[in-house]
Amino acid sequence: MTDALLSVRNLRVEFPTRRGVLTAIDDVSFDIMPGEVLGVVGESGAGKSLTGAAIIGLLEPPGRIAGGEILLKGQRIDNLGAEAMRRIRGKRIGMVFQDPLTSLNPIYTVAQQLIETIRTHADISEGEARKRAVALLDRVGIPAAARRIDDYPHHFSGGMRQRVVIALALCAEPELVIADEPTTALDVSVQSQIIDLIKEICAERGAAVMLITHDMGVIAETADRVAVLYSGRLAEIGPVTQVITAPEHPYTVGLMGSIPTLTQDHARLVAIPGAMPRLNAIPQGCAFNPRCERAFDRCFTERPEPLPRGDRRRVACWLYDEVATAGQEKAHV
Amino acid sequence: MSDALLKVANLTRYFDVSKPWLNRVLEREDKQFLTAVADVSFEIKRGETFALVGESGSGKSTIAKMVVGLIGASEGTIDFDGHRMTGTAGAEMRDLRRRFQMIFQDPFASLNPRWRVGDIIAEPIHTFGLLKGAEVTNRVGELLDTVGLSAKDAEKFPHEFSGGQRQRIAIARALSSKPEFIVCDEPTSALDVSVQAQILNLMKDLQDEMGLTYLFISHDLSVVRHMANRIGVLYLGRLVEVADGKRLFTEPQHPYTRMLLDAVPDLALSGRRRKPVEGEIPNPINPPSGCAFHPRCPLAMPRCKVDAPHRVETATGYAACFALEKQPA
Amino acid sequence: MNRFARMWDSDIAWSFRHSPVAIVATVVALIIILAAVLAPWIAPYNPFDSRSLNLMDGFTPPNVPNQFTGNTYLMGTDNQGRDIFSTILYGARISLFVGFAAVVFAMVLGIGLGLLAGWRGGWVDSLLMRIADVQLSFPSILIALLIFGVARGFIPPSMREEVAIWVLIVSIGLSDWVQYARVVRGAAMVEKSKEYVQAARVIGVHPARIVLRHILPNVMGPVLVIATIGLALAIIAEATLSFLGVGVPPTQPSLGTLIRIGQQYLFSGEWWILLFPSIALLLLALSVNLLGDWLRDALNPRLR
Repeated sequence: MTDALLSVRNLRVEFPTRRGVLTAIDDVSFDIMPGEVLGVVGESGAGKSLTGAAIIGLLEPPGRIAGGEILLKGQRIDNLGAEAMRRIRGKRIGMVFQDPLTSLNPIYTVAQQLIETIRTHADISEGEARKRAVALLDRVGIPAAARRIDDYPHHFSGGMRQRVVIALALCAEPELVIADEPTTALDVSVQSQIIDLIKEICAERGAAVMLITHDMGVIAETADRVAVLYSGRLAEIGPVTQVITAPEHPYTVGLMGSIPTLTQDHARLVAIPGAMPRLNAIPQGCAFNPRCERAFDRCFTERPEPLPRGDRRRVACWLYDEVATAGQEKAHV
Repeated sequence: MSDALLKVANLTRYFDVSKPWLNRVLEREDKQFLTAVADVSFEIKRGETFALVGESGSGKSTIAKMVVGLIGASEGTIDFDGHRMTGTAGAEMRDLRRRFQMIFQDPFASLNPRWRVGDIIAEPIHTFGLLKGAEVTNRVGELLDTVGLSAKDAEKFPHEFSGGQRQRIAIARALSSKPEFIVCDEPTSALDVSVQAQILNLMKDLQDEMGLTYLFISHDLSVVRHMANRIGVLYLGRLVEVADGKRLFTEPQHPYTRMLLDAVPDLALSGRRRKPVEGEIPNPINPPSGCAFHPRCPLAMPRCKVDAPHRVETATGYAACFALEKQPA
Repeated sequence: MNRFARMWDSDIAWSFRHSPVAIVATVVALIIILAAVLAPWIAPYNPFDSRSLNLMDGFTPPNVPNQFTGNTYLMGTDNQGRDIFSTILYGARISLFVGFAAVVFAMVLGIGLGLLAGWRGGWVDSLLMRIADVQLSFPSILIALLIFGVARGFIPPSMREEVAIWVLIVSIGLSDWVQYARVVRGAAMVEKSKEYVQAARVIGVHPARIVLRHILPNVMGPVLVIATIGLALAIIAEATLSFLGVGVPPTQPSLGTLIRIGQQYLFSGEWWILLFPSIALLLLALSVNLLGDWLRDALNPRLR
């Protein structure tokens, strides 16, 4: 059995504030295999962007990793110093951010930014780096790459800019690419182009992808597996087809039901009542219990751990703890 | 008396994006104009939800702003319940304003952070002088109740609420003058999917209870499919197709509509093979000649480069495409 | 939680409680302000009443009985026999009054013009901002002197003393309005494009009402910071003008006047005439300034 490329174990991210410590990510664990595309999905405040930031070491203070481990090919990277982390960033983990307008430095040409990144991680000449950069731009679909490489970011349209950002993320040949909402700022037609590009180019290079988004449709098209985050905790994780067509966690069920589709007809959408709790008001037990119509006693007292439900599938919900539920029925009179 | 509550005819809007006069003289450049909306015509019947859908640069927000009078029209007319809105001002416009309202996209910016929620909701009531004193407080409490919040929330400030709750407050404000017509500019685009579902359900319920007419602007085709009775598709400021609700999705007529539908991610995981999308939206300052879509259109003919297509009746509504005119006899 | 409990618990109050500089500065400023306001009751003598002055009392060192009259003064007397301590109290009163009034005047003018420029945009904005730019290229003291001189030319000598303070207020205020106008203009332009303003326009609210009730409350934050620091500057401006001899009339000496007098006699040995008023002015301006600094940091969302 191959070893995981990225292994996140019991990750805990905290924000000390003057009103107490807020736990933004609470005991989250998952693995990404080489070449796999893992979608990390959740609504705003669920902690998905923070997870990406924690992995790549770009958590903004006062946020800090307060527990757990992050392992890249078996080596811990969460406790590395700034210099060591800098070497990993780009070379082994690449990142694609949401807003292409601000991810590129507006005062440098695309060539300068690409060449600088390539030469930071590989000891080659400038001419050689430039050749690689042009080839990469061509691969991501920039027409007339050899000429356009000397343009500034503002000369490109939104979709083109995002392609450049993808090229930038991949130019040092990383093993893992973290893409944080890469298509949210783009039009629908461009979105589909970018999704396809990310899939193809990462598959070509054998790079794994951690795709962070709130858009389930993007996950359905791109990911092999998906992790659903809720209130900083892992609600459900598993193969995409299974989680989307047969969700098990009540939150995932509600989430899937609330998304309008192009094919199904409902007079009313499933609306999960209430809202995700604020970080300083997370209920005891399961974070979802105030909104869950299937909650029972145990949900209010014990926090559910992710329980195995099949091949690389886990659901953090007491409904699926057969032993306990059976015992529960006996205890209930 | 027609059934149309809103009638928009040949609506056009230019923006002057020229460089300052001195630059133009020195660089010998002409004035530059951006045509945000070009010759758009449609009608909205009483009680229906009409959606305008399009990507960036399609002009949908500009049309919304012209309909409510936030910006003026360069050409064309807007009629509300038979009254001409374009070119009207003063008392007559004030009377008309009571009958329509607008809901905005950003729930964080559409409420004044320094005002209490009760005052925000009551502003239309005060502006139109509809009620006084304790009646206002009662009405505000009722409205908060209708949108799913509590009357006690009137004392709080917007920052104490979540995005979805703020959008409910915005809806309550829009309802306070008892309007007939509400323009919704991307009302759920900034909200999480589960919150969006709550708001969309609420809007539908309100429409049933109060007989409201909606102009619903969005870029999200799935949301539009769920909400609208009739849908208009915009491309680069031009209305390329109008069709009945669900039939737009089962029988899309215009090639751009088909391309747009193809590009929407497939949540049903049907594994359908998608046609790769061609190109990107052109710069609206220099739109392509003739039909604006021709550089990306799989059905483009030589004629499409020269002439702009006019409206053609279709099975589902109408569309503007030369390819549709060649119907077999 | 009632209102006071909420205010006490708010971010600003917390920041205040945890900033020793802010607390000390506030305490010092409050002491001086209180002393100045209560001057008629606290001060042992009234230095403005020329009839009560005795030239023989002049140049008395602090806490040493006068060799002629036998009177003792806490901080000594100046060249005309005025008790320094009392004069500081009354002088601070004038400084504070002029300072506050000048700031209020500058604020009203600056905010008004800033809102106008920000809301109307176009040529109104360009015109007002060019005027502001021109004015900014002159040092504010020069402008105050200019206005003062011009006013002097208009006012008959008999009225000069009464009107002096108001002319002073207007001239300091007029030299200072630009920074308020600029800040408010920028903030107004940002707020104008926000959706809550558009919502008000859709409702059909009158533009004046939108500007006053919607935009103004949202641009006041940075204005308060500038006003606090502006108060310190206005106090110093008044002192400077009085020092130069064009501020308050000589029979109503302010801190600046005292400093001017004291400067003349410093090297002849009567050091107390200069020292005490200078310390008072320093404490007042510094504490107000530090308070303004703290307020700016506390209101800056990014530093929190």
